[in-house]
Amino acid sequence: MHKEADIRIPLILGDKTYHDITEDVCAPVEGKANKLWYMAFTFAAIVALWGVCCIIYTIGRGIGVWGLNNTVGWAWDITNFVWWVGIGHAGTLISAVLLLFRQRWRMAINRSAEAMTIFAVMMAAVFPGIHMGRIWVGYWVFPLPNAFGSLWVNFNSPLLWDVFAISTYFSVGLVFWYVGLLPDFATIRDRAVKPVYKTVYGILSFGWTGDVKAWIRFEEVSLVLAGIATPLVFSVHSIVSMDFATSVIPGWHTTIFPPYFVAGAIFSGFAMVQTLMLTLRKVVGLESYIHVKHVEYMNIIIIITGSVVGVAYITELFISWYSGVEYEGYAFMNRATGPYWWAYAIMMSCNVLSPQIFWFKSLRTNLTFTFFMSIIVNIGMWFERFVIIVTSLHRDYMPSSWEMFHPTFVDVGIYIGTIGIFFVLFLLYARTFPVLALNELKSILKIAGEAQKERNRDTNASTPSNDK
Amino acid sequence: MSETKMIYGLYDDDGTLTKAAKNFVSNGLKIKDVYAPFPIHGIEKVIGIKWTQISIAAFIYCMIGCTLATIGMRYFMIVDWPMNIGGKPNFSYIQNFPSFVPITFEFSVLCAAHGMVITYLIRNWTLPFVKARNPHPSTTDDHFCMEINPVQNKASEDEIKSMLKDSGAVEIFEK
Repeated sequence: MHKEADIRIPLILGDKTYHDITEDVCAPVEGKANKLWYMAFTFAAIVALWGVCCIIYTIGRGIGVWGLNNTVGWAWDITNFVWWVGIGHAGTLISAVLLLFRQRWRMAINRSAEAMTIFAVMMAAVFPGIHMGRIWVGYWVFPLPNAFGSLWVNFNSPLLWDVFAISTYFSVGLVFWYVGLLPDFATIRDRAVKPVYKTVYGILSFGWTGDVKAWIRFEEVSLVLAGIATPLVFSVHSIVSMDFATSVIPGWHTTIFPPYFVAGAIFSGFAMVQTLMLTLRKVVGLESYIHVKHVEYMNIIIIITGSVVGVAYITELFISWYSGVEYEGYAFMNRATGPYWWAYAIMMSCNVLSPQIFWFKSLRTNLTFTFFMSIIVNIGMWFERFVIIVTSLHRDYMPSSWEMFHPTFVDVGIYIGTIGIFFVLFLLYARTFPVLALNELKSILKIAGEAQKERNRDTNASTPSNDK
Repeated sequence: MSETKMIYGLYDDDGTLTKAAKNFVSNGLKIKDVYAPFPIHGIEKVIGIKWTQISIAAFIYCMIGCTLATIGMRYFMIVDWPMNIGGKPNFSYIQNFPSFVPITFEFSVLCAAHGMVITYLIRNWTLPFVKARNPHPSTTDDHFCMEINPVQNKASEDEIKSMLKDSGAVEIFEK
């Protein structure tokens, strides 16, 4: 058993036993949902329905129903795509990177963060899907034998790299999540009283047994998956950034994009994890497992990534002047002082200035303030993508073609609708899945449980140390 | 043919079980398996179960993915239908290699992850509609179960049961 210093703040509060952890985590699955859940679900479902209607309308009428024009050919669609993919970054980062660094605090949040990743990537995939116009031939993005013509897909294109990156990220994230869920589904299966629950969770748990060899393989698979998912996390958003960086549009054609996008993705992903976790812990009653220390750790990551993003903004601004390329210089001047100055100002204040407030311990350990800040960061990161995409396009090389972008009700409907669908999926998940990794939490109870730590401290105090 | 009945000792603490297992093994008792709600580190060495080699399988799947991606992209982009994209060299795989790195990496990861997980599920025999084989439902909650095959041991069934009881087992049963 790994030891942990007494001075470290416990990760599981109260005097919990293994059975208490099971009870606490299984309670939302086995019990009835409260009024708050039904209200939230109804609201999310109505919003989702509106989004679905707008999506169907787009598919039926074509993307002419969006606010795109000849100059701004990419706008809210790709903004939303990048925003959702960015949000999807935190889940795998928490599960994979923090597992490799042996950060035990991840255990309380990894399951839900991974769920968030999967749902966010699903929402992201909606946008390129419907932007194709003819979604029913969407499978042409895959390299199929030439039955449909004489050309293969273009493997030189970052758009195709993106197809592979997002598909791999989604499917690897899904199996990583499900492998971790098997033992916890088995816990619900073995506790189930109702025959329907027993059957459903029996199927979902794949007959998990929990013998020594199964656990050995489980740990090895988790470690190897973490090892290969870590470069995957970095590659996915790097590739997303190359959709822009490999073009010749001023404001996009910069080598700083991959690391800057990855930092931004982690930044926005953690903000969304904060939004969801702070709500979840309250609604489902998991305050003993997700507490101030977890929130503080995440806020520290938000300061770091927010600062990286801030440095990237300033660097690209400086380089646009220093490069001596007047088009590049104008693109950035236009961002800051042109007709979209307000979007640039929102982006700068939400992403660069506001996270710096977390340097104050009293604020980064304040849950209400953190919740407010998580929303601010999410708004800021949406505007970052909007600024990069729309302000770079709307004033191109020919002033006669300069245009503004005005979203239609369909643009707004689809964006808000995906948030609705996301919350519908997350709320259903919160009622049917074990929202914390039961087996992982139990494995750290003796090391990082509050009461256990106190008992260990008492034992150590009463026995003379042999350490030299 | 009648199946051999196993003897099970149920413990409420992983530390107690590990201590008991060490004691039993040093006294020559062979432990068949241990069922637990979470991994007990080091128990495999005590009861003599080898560590898995599944990571080697993952490496092999990764190499298969890497090879398939290389062969595929060379065939699509160089042999079958070379495309002139912005003047990039379309006649040589090596010269066009930088463009092929991202998909080679993604496909290698895809094959490694899925190949390893499929192998894991099959080797564990955890598949849809498979029935659970844990001897006691509380082994997925808060109890730890030691499985002993009386046929593999010199000690009699009664001796094994009394050893289990003395070691702190909260319940002893046969199945």
